[in-house]
Amino acid sequence: MTRIVVVTSGKGGVGKTTSSASFASGLALRGFKTAVIDFDVGLRNLDLIMGCERRVVYDLVNVIQGEANLHQALIKDKHCENLFVLPASQTRDKDALTEEGVEKVLNDLKQMGFDYVVCDSPAGIERGAVMALTFADEALIVTNPEVSSIRDSDRILGILQSKSRRAKEGQEAVKEHLVITRYSAKRVDEGEMLSYKDVQELLRVPLLGVIPESETVLQASNAGSPVIHNKESDAAEAYEDLVARFLGETREMRFVSYEKPGILKRIFGGA
Amino acid sequence: MSWLEKIFGSNQPKSAQLAKERLTLVIAHQRSDNQPAPDFLPALQKELIDVISKYVKVNTDDIKVQLEKKGNYEVLEVNIVMPEVGRQ
Repeated sequence: MTRIVVVTSGKGGVGKTTSSASFASGLALRGFKTAVIDFDVGLRNLDLIMGCERRVVYDLVNVIQGEANLHQALIKDKHCENLFVLPASQTRDKDALTEEGVEKVLNDLKQMGFDYVVCDSPAGIERGAVMALTFADEALIVTNPEVSSIRDSDRILGILQSKSRRAKEGQEAVKEHLVITRYSAKRVDEGEMLSYKDVQELLRVPLLGVIPESETVLQASNAGSPVIHNKESDAAEAYEDLVARFLGETREMRFVSYEKPGILKRIFGGA
Repeated sequence: MSWLEKIFGSNQPKSAQLAKERLTLVIAHQRSDNQPAPDFLPALQKELIDVISKYVKVNTDDIKVQLEKKGNYEVLEVNIVMPEVGRQ
C-alpha cells in the first residue's frame, strides 16, 4: 500500500522543502521505497536541496503532459538506494498541474511499488498547494513558532479538511502531523518564543517533531545534501526521531529544553 | 538590560505570551469562518422541493433555504411561497 504524504505550511520559508528532503531521505534510509515530488511549478528548489539539479532532464509537467514517462523523469538519489526525486518544471505555468494529471502520476507511482510518496507543497493556498494536498493520506504541517506561520498553518489545515479527496469523498480524514522547525529552546525559556506546547495547543494537531534552529541546515542546503545525513547535528537527529515517530516508534522530544546558566555565569560569563 | 535585570530577570510581560493571546483570537475567528455548514443547503433545498411538489405545485424558485448566525446559535430559515389558491 502506497501512502501519500503532503508536506505543507501555507507560509513560505518555514522549511517545507528542507523537511521534505530529510523526511523522504529518512524513510528511504529505513528501507522504504520513496519518491519525493516538487509541486512548486515555476519555482522549483527541491532538486537543489537534494543536490540533483544537474541531473534534471524531465519534470512533473512533462510527465503529466505525456512528453516523458515516469522512468525517464524520476532521478535516483545519490545518498539513498530507495529514493527518487521528481522535480517541478521551472518554465511552465502552475495551471499545467491538472487534478487528473496529478492523480495519474500518483497512481503510476503506486503501480511501481513505492511505499511512500512525499509531496513537497509550494507556499500559498493556490493551485499548486491544493494539488499537492488533494490526494494526501497524511500531512506534515510545517510551522515556525511565530505568529504569521501559525496562522497560515491553521488556514492550510482548513483547506486540507475541505479540499482533499478524502474530505470531499467523506472518507477517513487526512492524518495530520505537526512539525515545528527553527525552534530555539533558549528563546522559549526567555519568553520570547512560543513553546512547542503553545503551538500544539493553538493548532490542535498531534506533534510529530520539533527541529531545533541549526546552522547545519544552511550548510546542508549549500552542499545539496539533506540535513538528516549530517550525522552529528541536532537537526539531523531531530529529523531521524521524527521519521521514527512517523513509523510508529516512541521517541522522547529532544532539543526542547534549555539549561539556564548559573547565577555566577550570568554575572561574569556574559549573556 | 541592566545587571540587576540580568540577575533577577525583568518584570516585562513576555512577548510569547502576547503572541499566544493574539493567535488564540485569530484562530478562533478563522475556524468559525470556514465552518462547512452551508454545504448541505443545496441538497436540503432540492429534497424539500421534491417533497412539497408531491402535494403542491411549486416552482424551484419559490423555496428559499438560508442559514443565519445569530450570536451563539444558528437559525435555519425555510421560506416557501405557496401558489395562489384557485389558480391551478
